[in-house]
Amino acid sequence: MTHTEGADVPREVISVEGLWAGYDNNIVLENINLSVRELDFVGLIGPNGGGKTTLLKVLLGLLSPLRGKVRVMGKSVREARRHIGYVAQQVEFDRDFPISVWDVVRMGRLGRRPLLQRYTPEDDDVVAQALGTVEMLDLSDHPIGDLSGGQRQRAYIARALATEPNILLLDEPMASVDAKVRTHIYEILRQLNERVTVLMVSHDMSAISSHVKTVGCLNRYLFYHGEAELTLDMVERAYQCPVDLIAHGIPHRVFAEHVVEEKQP
Amino acid sequence: MIEALQFGFMRNALMAGVLVSIACGIIGTFVVVNRIVFISGGIAHAAYGGIGLGYYLGINPVLGAIVFSMASALGMGVVTRKTRQRADTIIGVMWAIGMATGIIFVDLTAGYKADLMSYLFGSILAVPSTDLWIMCALDLIIIVLVALFYKELLAISFDETFATVESVPVDAIYLILLCLIAFTVVMMMRVVGLIMVIALLTMPAAISGQFVRDMKKMMVLASVLGVVFTTAGLSLSYFLNLTSGATIILVSGMAYVLSAGAKFLVHRVRSNGVV
Repeated sequence: MTHTEGADVPREVISVEGLWAGYDNNIVLENINLSVRELDFVGLIGPNGGGKTTLLKVLLGLLSPLRGKVRVMGKSVREARRHIGYVAQQVEFDRDFPISVWDVVRMGRLGRRPLLQRYTPEDDDVVAQALGTVEMLDLSDHPIGDLSGGQRQRAYIARALATEPNILLLDEPMASVDAKVRTHIYEILRQLNERVTVLMVSHDMSAISSHVKTVGCLNRYLFYHGEAELTLDMVERAYQCPVDLIAHGIPHRVFAEHVVEEKQP
Repeated sequence: MIEALQFGFMRNALMAGVLVSIACGIIGTFVVVNRIVFISGGIAHAAYGGIGLGYYLGINPVLGAIVFSMASALGMGVVTRKTRQRADTIIGVMWAIGMATGIIFVDLTAGYKADLMSYLFGSILAVPSTDLWIMCALDLIIIVLVALFYKELLAISFDETFATVESVPVDAIYLILLCLIAFTVVMMMRVVGLIMVIALLTMPAAISGQFVRDMKKMMVLASVLGVVFTTAGLSLSYFLNLTSGATIILVSGMAYVLSAGAKFLVHRVRSNGVV
């Protein structure tokens, strides 16, 4: 590590330098530089198609960078997978799929139990603990398709926790959940953040709450300087549209207050 | 029916029905939840190429079918995984090429082609004891492999991306699944014929999925249903003097329609009751 700050600065867990990524000839991310320190809670906001999921895919080693260097926990992304818990964006899925919540969460143990190894009682303990953390233990026998959107999201968070991660990556975790559930999930994440680094991405600015420690904007380029508040400049450059529209209805704590006021006549 | 059991061929037929139902219940469940019915149909029809080759080379056509269905399963698996082309088009092409190859091989074979039709439409009444042993072996292979790789098979069926992140070799597991489908298809060919293979592969599992919401239970129930359908179909075909494979399929199809209808009605009654 090359930084020169004091010794009490937490170590760097995610390091992205000059990353370019995309699909075929379609470049989605350009010259991304990102440094996340241990126990940070990073929220990245960006419009749909802005490359949020692509960035997470690169961090998980699901997509190879076209250019640039990515290190997680000081390792290559493939090696670092076992340090990451991943909560994917909720998509349409087969509600009739014959699987219980317990079995879904236990998939988080797959990384520890490679081919031809059975799940152990220790795995059961970890699964039970993960389900307890998200307060879903009583629903563990239910088919996953019977859950509400919020319950399902908590089950997926539990699955990520069952991997015993150092870093939690969440893709649109607050989509399709109502305000009450959102508060609950944030409370869970806040407690987890005491021991786990969290990086979440969302297109919805109101989804990024005060629990987030540092924020940035992502839309092909990343505007992130490890700051606690979004600056008008960051948002304007990321969204490339009049910020007045976007600024409406956003919790003040996300924006520096004077920045918002400056814009008002 | 008891008197019918005095015939060796009838006992063999019932035994074949049971053996096939076990494979169908287990593998059919994966086919249904993974929505790969079309690939399974492709594997079944491509297997006909192997039957033709078997006739041409004068070896057991079942062996040819195993080779061809395995090769087409692996081919379709790689194609759907690695190419950006529309996978269903390629599966359709391989499906047709396999069948056509079989027909040409049969054309090239001189002499009388004994029980060629039985591979197309099934001939459960003509299953020799040697084939029962092959079925037993295939059942055993299927059960052992599914037991060994169950947690990975479940993971790629439910959420492939997450399985990848958890370092599951998803492509290899997927290919294993397709090979298991190939084994199953070859077994079923003797019972219902390759043209109707997908029907018996999917219907017991689909019905079972309407009643249980656990993968293992779904497999067991599907296997039991398979035994019921093949036995009932076989008995009906014996008494009514009908083609056994088609009768089995119709019995299963009837049960499927009834269970789907019943489920729909129960659902409506329940939701009306709430309102």
